[in-house]
Amino acid sequence: MHLSESVTTGYFFLAPWLVFAPVIGLLINIIFGGRLSEKAIGTVASLASGASFVVSVLLAWSLAAGHGAAVTVPFLEWIHIGDLELDWAFRVDSLSTTMMLVVSGVGTLIHIYAIGYMHEDVRFKHDPGRFRRFFVFLNLFIAMMMILVSGDSYLMLFVGWEGVGLCSFLLIGFWYDMDTLGRPSWANSNAAKKAFVTNRVGDFGFLIAAFLMFWAFGSFQFDEVFEAAHAVAPGVIVAITLFMLIGVAGKSAQIPLYVWLPDAMAGPTPVSALIHAATMVTAGVYLITRSAELYTLVPQAQYTVAMTGAITALFAATIAVGQYDIKKVLAYSTISQLGFMVAAVGMGAFVAGMFHLVTHAFFKALLFLSAGSVILGLERGHHHAEHAHHEKKPIGKSGKSKAESGHDEHEVFDPGDMRNMGGLRKTMPVTFWLYMIGTLALAGIVPFAGFWSKDEILLDASRHYPAVYILLSIAAFFTAFYMGRQIWLVFFGEPRHEAAAHAEESKPIITVPLMVLAALSLLGGALNLPFEGFHQLGHWLEYTLHEVEAFPLNLQVAGVSTLVALFAIFLSWLIYGRNPLKAGQPDPLKKPLGFIFTGMENKWFVDEGYFAVIINPFKKLSYFLADVVDWRFWHDWFHETVIAGTYNWLSNIGLNLYADQKGIDAFANWLGTATQSLSATLRKVQTGFVRSYALSVLLGVVLILGYLIVK
Amino acid sequence: MEFLLKPLTLLTFFPLLGVLLILFINAEAKNIIRWVALITSLITFGISLWVLAMFDASNVNLQLVARYDWITVAGWNIQYFLGIDGLSILLVLLTAFLTPISILSTWTAIEERVKDFMIFFLLLEVGMTGVFLAQDLFLFYIFWEFTLVPMYFLIGIWGGPRRIYAAIKFFLYTMAGSILMLLAILWLGIYGGTFSVPDLIAQGNIPADIQWWLFLAFTAAFAIKVPMWPLHSWLPDAHVEAPTAGSVILAGVLLKMGTYGFVRFNLPLFPEAAVRAAPWIALLATIGILYGAMVSYAQADVKKLVAYSSVSHLGFVMLGLFAMNPQGIAGGILQMINHGLSTGALFLLVGMIYEQTHTREIKVYGGLWKITPVFGSIMLIVSLSSMGLPGLNGFVGEFTILLGAFGSKAINNTAYAIASALGVIMAAVYILYMFQKMFLGPQGEIVDEVKKHGHGLRDLNWREIVTVVPLLIFIFWIGLYPKPFFALMAPAVEHLVGMLPIP
Repeated sequence: MHLSESVTTGYFFLAPWLVFAPVIGLLINIIFGGRLSEKAIGTVASLASGASFVVSVLLAWSLAAGHGAAVTVPFLEWIHIGDLELDWAFRVDSLSTTMMLVVSGVGTLIHIYAIGYMHEDVRFKHDPGRFRRFFVFLNLFIAMMMILVSGDSYLMLFVGWEGVGLCSFLLIGFWYDMDTLGRPSWANSNAAKKAFVTNRVGDFGFLIAAFLMFWAFGSFQFDEVFEAAHAVAPGVIVAITLFMLIGVAGKSAQIPLYVWLPDAMAGPTPVSALIHAATMVTAGVYLITRSAELYTLVPQAQYTVAMTGAITALFAATIAVGQYDIKKVLAYSTISQLGFMVAAVGMGAFVAGMFHLVTHAFFKALLFLSAGSVILGLERGHHHAEHAHHEKKPIGKSGKSKAESGHDEHEVFDPGDMRNMGGLRKTMPVTFWLYMIGTLALAGIVPFAGFWSKDEILLDASRHYPAVYILLSIAAFFTAFYMGRQIWLVFFGEPRHEAAAHAEESKPIITVPLMVLAALSLLGGALNLPFEGFHQLGHWLEYTLHEVEAFPLNLQVAGVSTLVALFAIFLSWLIYGRNPLKAGQPDPLKKPLGFIFTGMENKWFVDEGYFAVIINPFKKLSYFLADVVDWRFWHDWFHETVIAGTYNWLSNIGLNLYADQKGIDAFANWLGTATQSLSATLRKVQTGFVRSYALSVLLGVVLILGYLIVK
Repeated sequence: MEFLLKPLTLLTFFPLLGVLLILFINAEAKNIIRWVALITSLITFGISLWVLAMFDASNVNLQLVARYDWITVAGWNIQYFLGIDGLSILLVLLTAFLTPISILSTWTAIEERVKDFMIFFLLLEVGMTGVFLAQDLFLFYIFWEFTLVPMYFLIGIWGGPRRIYAAIKFFLYTMAGSILMLLAILWLGIYGGTFSVPDLIAQGNIPADIQWWLFLAFTAAFAIKVPMWPLHSWLPDAHVEAPTAGSVILAGVLLKMGTYGFVRFNLPLFPEAAVRAAPWIALLATIGILYGAMVSYAQADVKKLVAYSSVSHLGFVMLGLFAMNPQGIAGGILQMINHGLSTGALFLLVGMIYEQTHTREIKVYGGLWKITPVFGSIMLIVSLSSMGLPGLNGFVGEFTILLGAFGSKAINNTAYAIASALGVIMAAVYILYMFQKMFLGPQGEIVDEVKKHGHGLRDLNWREIVTVVPLLIFIFWIGLYPKPFFALMAPAVEHLVGMLPIP
């Protein structure tokens, strides 16, 4: 480890500890965790993540003290071969520290929350031994995410990029031997595999972009790449940026690679909040922002990125309307919101995109974790109700018998299904209010954080990209609508299942981190208010991004988006709030919308399409190649029948009819005897076949050798 | 004495001392035999480290040379000529490293005829080390062919049900290619008046059309050994039937003899022909990468899955070597090591579970991670290494190879690198498929099956952990800090690239 001359003031030398702190945490838990209590394991992991946060704060502080001048902290030389010089260095600038703060800050809160959540979860799943593993993976994730955001070159970014993909795989498949309802199944591990493979498709794009970059610019290092980019033909830059977009689509769940994210909800809720909402999935947005200097050189690539984001935002929002699982709604919402961010950075509104990334991290983490609290509350209620059944006590007045609510004795209770909920605002009041704050922030209601960031995106779109503006506005309408639907279904009306009736509020270790996030969701907008002198985030990022456009508040755009959101919430009240859903009743939209609702319910059959067009043909081709081509044709027929058969036929004809059988036989026998007498070991082995083959080979060689010498 | 004390001579022939000792031990004293073999191979590994300590990476010439006239009749000039340089040092180390690990893996797996097994195994080490050190073509050929014999017996005696068939096929297939190489070697020896590789390279006056034929003849031998698509048909048979230690050495070292042959002989001896062939080799390599990956995915037998994955991985190596730039060749050489480590480890691990369950059928497994957490975690790391996850060794090799191939002037077509990069996705598909079906998901039927016959599945014991941990150390080391490994070969690689007439 050595430090460069430039790193003299401030705490920049601490940068490697961004990664080391969580690595040490996970090593402690791997080595000693077996002897530690759950609390101790959780504390170690949270402290490790917290240490990362402290380092991030110190780095940001040092950076601000140095007037935002980017600092590179060299760490070690990695691959040096030919003209390829690849080093692991940390880059501390306003963009990377923003990401560090979000990742480690939200990450630490979720670590703390997870101590409480996983304590209960491992017991509901009857496997307390897995508690430690969860925190090992969670620390590993923080380490990888830190490598991603702090790397000084595209390649170090890629190391973290694939690393977080691995953590995502491990954590989606955390309950790898069951499905989300705890039944033995392949479902969770399938979801994990799907996430990893889909991400690899994206990584393929990233890799190709990296290759192009190296051969065009001779480097992967950010500054060197950006400097060289101006001298390169735009065609190359277009190719680089578009291949990079494939990577972004994979990691940040954009069309056409978003399909893994909804399935990723198979992971425990803290994972959904941290990885699949607040941090990892925003890596693509970070990548584009980081590459701002490349994208701004090629408007056609920017347009493609913006449209990809906008279409994804709308498409995913429509699916969210038709979902019943509380986390699935949030998952599609995340895809949709990522679409907003990608659209923003695609348009060149990097500050708006990063702003939304930050606020979204707050309110979406809040929503997911609150949803986790709801799920736990229902599981507690279910547990309680089961218990009550066994003791044959009368069920509460609002509780329906199992048959009535369409659940026979053998059916497994799904604590995430909103059709099993209802009326939770009475039984889980704290969670309810927290969820409300998250909802209002997501729906974009003044003055919650989401309003300001979303508005900034819409404002930029309204000025430069009318098509994007329209798509995003419709998406915003759906956003407010599906969140309204969720609130009415989950917290209002009467309980539709006895578990909901008996739901219990969560403990402070779960609700306190939520309150912090709620405060951030409420006040996070203050980071970058659209008033003169309040563009803090904009100024901060300007150190890295240069030329940042800052718009004042536009009442027309803000007014329209607020009205749209309020109207959508009103509409959701008309449909779901005025007449609360009854147990066993279908979604009220099902009838009027008909096949459209069926489409939304079934995610527009995209998964089915991928199976038909890509996965099944791939499987079929694989089996065809393996069985027919490689084995039956090439292995069996060609080698056995053609080669071996011809040889046997020839040797029969050749040796029996034409050759001097006696002479060769005698020689063969002599050689055989000689070989056999050489070693007792060799004699035990049946060598007949090879010997005669080898012999003919040897004879040929002798003949040729003789010829060459004589010649 | 002076002859014997040359470090490379000592390194090559030291295992013979163990063989000699074992010959005098009663065949029933199995544990003593095992220990003698293990210690012999460990001392050999120690010698290889001594060689490494004396090795100077900045020197692009052969070092620690042992050179004596051997056969000089009728104008023939065959020499005993050993030497080491940056192209071979890592492979020599790998051989010395994998042999004790393989021996350790047989501790309880091989109970029959332990004495014979260990004798063959140590003989095999002599042959393999000799192949990587020989600098005289004739000597090289002798070592090359010699490795066939012990491997033939290892498969033929201690192998699975179809072992005789597999052993014969392995032997004949390899030999068929070698014959053409032998002819080319003879031609070179007569034409150049020497079999010494550095001397032949220095002469370098082979006419282009003859170069082409010589190149093809060497390629026949090496391509079969690698194996390059479509000459891989012997590989699944040999791997599936071979005992675990045999598979480890086969995948870990023997296949590398083929790729090493390309670097050591084909590129410097026939540079014009090699450049001319580069696009064609790249084509076959790319097909091999994709074909191997797809066929691997469709296997029901886990050992076959790993075997076909070798076809894919070795395709990467070939692609890198024929990229003919420093990144490609260095990546190719490093990937030889990586493949030896990760595929070696995969075969070891598969062998460890096979020892308990006696089945290699993927579908009877499932949920093993829960029952055998240590085994599952190690398998996961090795799998990730095999599919090229950054931070582990496989990535460093694959990335530099693809980077080299993408910008290669010799291949001169980015389509090969792009198509090969698809192989990275497919690697995730077949590796994760294997890992999921065996280690994740609900408990497989084999778990109860094993329980019926005894204690049920157990996790790795200490000996097994000691066997795989050294591999894991290098999997992480190369992945996290590959610099020293590249440093060992970089000057030699750049020197080699300098000799190639790339357009």
